[in-house]
Amino acid sequence: MSAITSYARAVAVAEQAAQPIATVRHVHLADRPLVFVPLTLAGEANAPLAAMVGTSEDQPTLLVVPQPRDRDQRFAFAGELADLVVGYLNSCCGAADEIKGQVCYRAAPQLLVPNPAGIGFVKLFGRSTRFRSTTGPYAVTPHVPLLGRWLTWFAERAEHPGSANLLAMTELLSMHWATGQSAVEDANLAAQLGWISPPPGRTGPQAAREAEDPLRWPPAGPTTDPVFDNEILAPAIRSYSGTEPGSPGQARAVERLRHVLHGQLEPTWRLMWRGLAKLRELEPGASVEGRWINDRLRFTSFQEYVVNGGLPQARRDGAIAAARRLNRLERAQVEYDVARALDDPLVMANHRAAGEAFLGTVVEVERERRITNANGNSVTRPLVVLRTGDPVLIGRGAEVKAVSRQSQKAVVVSVDRQDDAVLVTLEMQSGFGRSKTPPPGSVPEDGETLVYTSVLSDSIPSPRLPDAEDTPWTHGGPPQPYVPSDDDATEVWE
Amino acid sequence: MQNDTDSRLRRVRGPVQPKRHNARTIAALTSNPGCARRGVCDAAGVDKDALAGRVGFPARFGQSQFAITRGNAFEAQVKANGCAELLTLLREVLHLDITEVGYTDLEEAGGNDSQDVRHAYSRRTLLAAAAGRDDAGTLFDHPLLRMDVAGNGVYLEPDLIAFQYAGIFHVIEIKSFAVIDGQADGGKVASAAIQSAVYVQALRTLLGSDDAVSSDIVLVCPKDFSNKPCATKVDVRKQLIVLQHQLNRLARIDALLDALPAGVTLDLAKDDAGQPVLSRAELVQALGCIEARYSPECLASCELAFFCRDEASGQTAALGKSVREELGGVETVATALGLAAGSLLPSDEQAEITALLRAASRIYRESVAAA
Repeated sequence: MSAITSYARAVAVAEQAAQPIATVRHVHLADRPLVFVPLTLAGEANAPLAAMVGTSEDQPTLLVVPQPRDRDQRFAFAGELADLVVGYLNSCCGAADEIKGQVCYRAAPQLLVPNPAGIGFVKLFGRSTRFRSTTGPYAVTPHVPLLGRWLTWFAERAEHPGSANLLAMTELLSMHWATGQSAVEDANLAAQLGWISPPPGRTGPQAAREAEDPLRWPPAGPTTDPVFDNEILAPAIRSYSGTEPGSPGQARAVERLRHVLHGQLEPTWRLMWRGLAKLRELEPGASVEGRWINDRLRFTSFQEYVVNGGLPQARRDGAIAAARRLNRLERAQVEYDVARALDDPLVMANHRAAGEAFLGTVVEVERERRITNANGNSVTRPLVVLRTGDPVLIGRGAEVKAVSRQSQKAVVVSVDRQDDAVLVTLEMQSGFGRSKTPPPGSVPEDGETLVYTSVLSDSIPSPRLPDAEDTPWTHGGPPQPYVPSDDDATEVWE
Repeated sequence: MQNDTDSRLRRVRGPVQPKRHNARTIAALTSNPGCARRGVCDAAGVDKDALAGRVGFPARFGQSQFAITRGNAFEAQVKANGCAELLTLLREVLHLDITEVGYTDLEEAGGNDSQDVRHAYSRRTLLAAAAGRDDAGTLFDHPLLRMDVAGNGVYLEPDLIAFQYAGIFHVIEIKSFAVIDGQADGGKVASAAIQSAVYVQALRTLLGSDDAVSSDIVLVCPKDFSNKPCATKVDVRKQLIVLQHQLNRLARIDALLDALPAGVTLDLAKDDAGQPVLSRAELVQALGCIEARYSPECLASCELAFFCRDEASGQTAALGKSVREELGGVETVATALGLAAGSLLPSDEQAEITALLRAASRIYRESVAAA
C-alpha cells in the first residue's frame, strides 16, 4: 500500500465509487482466456467438488463430483477437466513465429481464476494429478497426468511477476482500482466489483454490502459457504449416496446436485466476465506486449518438453534450483515494477509521492559544459536544472532516468530545497553523441517538463551459485535427481 | 476485590450463563488486545454471537459439517486403540525408545462434571505425574486447564493430549488440514501454533513450572492427500512470548470496567413472556459505551465485527492499518481529505502529515489528468 493508493481509497470512500490507480492495463488479456471457477469440499485436502470452465461467457461447462470423497470420481473429474484444458492448450498451438531465435506460438494459454485461493487450487490439483500413472493399479486416463504437469506449470507461471498465464481476478482488479474498503474485503470478488462497477442505481458501498450476502452472491470459491454445505449440499450428497448406481433415482440425484452447484458457481462465473469486460476497457500499457511474448516463449518451450515426454515436475526444488528461481523472480519483480511505472503516470505517482521520482520543469541548461574525467580527458557533461514541487528524497550521486528519455543516463549533482519548490541539478552522462556540442534535442530543453525516476531495473545483482552437483552439504548436498516411482502413482488420495 | 470484579462482570452479562472461552478465542483475543469492547465481552462471558444477531449484524461464522466430520474422523483415527497410531509418531518425532505408554482420560472426574472439580482432578493427576519422574510415558487426554485472561480466570477445555515423559510434558495438537510435501497452509499452522501456545502456557501455570512443559509442541496432521497422520515438532517459543506479552498488556479488566458508565449491561436474557429484557436500541447504546478498536482483520475472528465495521465507517482504520498509516494516522477519511484539499487547517502536530497528504493529492490528480 502506498500513499497514492491509500489516498485513492480515501477518495473512493468519499465518492462512494472505486477510483483508478492505473491509467493503462498492465496485463495482457488473451482473446480467448479460459475462465475457471473451482469449488472444493470443505475439510478435505483440495478435493474437487465442482467447477465451471470455458472460453465463452454463454457456454460454460459445469463439472460436478457427486461424491467428492470417492477417489474414482475425483479422477473422473480430473479426466473431464483434462480434456477441456488439453483441448484449450492445443488450440493455442497453431501458427508460430520465430522470436529471439526460438520458435514461438502466436497464442498462449491464459487461465483466469477468481482469487488467489483459486491459484492455490490449481497448484495443489496439479500436484495431486501430475504423478499419476496411466497403467497398473489406479490407472488414470492419459490426460490426467498431462493435466497435472500443465496445472503445475500454470501455478509456477503465476508466481512469476508480470506473467499473464494464470491470473486471479481480484488481484487484477486491485491492481487497477482502489475501492473504499480494506484489502481484506477486496478479497471478496463480488464486493470488490460492487465498488468498481455497481449495478445501476447503486453506490459502490451499497453494492459491496449486498455482495456480502452469501445467499445472493455465493463465495467465489474454492471454499463454499458453510450454510450452503450444511443445508443444501449435505442432503443432496446424502440422497445421491443412497441411490443405486445407474438407477433413475441416481440420475435425479445427480441432476439435483448439478442444479445446486450451478447455483453456487454461476454468479461468480458472471462476475469473472464482468471483471474481464471492465479490464478490457483499459488500453494495454507499452510493455504489456513484451511480457506476453515471454509468456508465449515459455508456453512453447514447455509444450515441447511435454510432447517429448518430459518428467513431471519434482515435489521440491533442490537448493541451487530454488535459489536460481528466487533470483529470477526477484529480477522479474523489479523489472515489472519499473516497467509499469514507465508505462503509466499513475503508477509513477507512487514513486513521486515516495520521493523516488519527480516531475519537474527545466529552468536552466548548461549544454556545452566540459569537465575532466577520471582519465584526464576533457568530456562534455551537460547540466540540467529542474524545478519541482514533488517531495524529492533522491540523494546526490544517484542515477536517474527520464520517462521520455529512457536511453539517457543522468546523475544527481545537487538537490536544493527552497520554500515552495526543490531545484534538482542533473549531469547528463550519455545520449547526446560524441561531438563537443550536443546536437539540438539531445539534452532536455529549457521549459521542458520531464519525470525523472531513480527506480531503475539495471541494478539487481545476481549471486554466483554453484552447479547443482556442487551443492554444499549445508544445503543438503547434491540433490537426488527426480525419478518417478510407482509410489508416486499409487499415492493415496482419500 | 475479585468478588467485586466478578459481580460487576455479572452485571454486564446479565442473568444468563456465561459463554466459555477456548484456546481459539484466547488466541483471537491476543490479535487485538487494545479492543476494550472485546475484552469486556470476553471477560464477562457475553455471548457475542447472539449479541451480534440482536443488534442486527449477525456474524457469518459457520463451520461446514464436512469439515467437522473430517476433523472428528481424523482425531478419532489418531486416538483409536489407546492412541496407538499417535504413539508411533511420537516415538519418531521425539526420538523415544519406549514401547508402552499409559493413557489417562481426564474428561470424567468420578462422574462429576463441574469445572472446578474437573480442573482439580486434572491438576492433581498431572502434578503427581510430574513429581513421579519415572521413565514411563503417559498420555493425558482432555485435561481441563485454567488461564487468567484480563484479570479473570477462564477454563480451557481443549481436546488436546498432554504427553508426559521423564517429567517433561509435550502438548499434542491434532488438526485435520493437510501437510503436502512437507508444507502446509501458513495461516492454519500459525493459528494452530498460537492455540497450542495457549495450552502450553495454561499447562505451565497448572504445574507451576515453566520447565515442566516443552516449548516444542507436536502438530499431528494428515500427510499429503491421505488420511495417514504425520507429526511435526513446532517451536512455539515466539508465540508464547507474544501471548504472555499480549495477556500482560490486556488492560486489567478492572480499569476497563471503571471506565464504563454505571449500569452498562449487555443482558441478552428474556422475560417470562419470552420478550427480550433489553431492546435493540438499548443494546446498541450499551455497546456504544464500550470503546472498540475495529480493524478489517476483526472480520475473520470476532463475532461483533460487522457491527463495529458499520460503526467505524468513515474512519481510516476501517480501510486497514497500512492505509491509516499512509494517511498519516488521521482518524477519519473526511479529515484526511479535508487536510489534503486545504479545506481544513492543520493543527501544529498535523503540519507534517498535511504536507504529505497535499503532495499525494496533487500528484494523484495530476497523474489521473495526465492520462
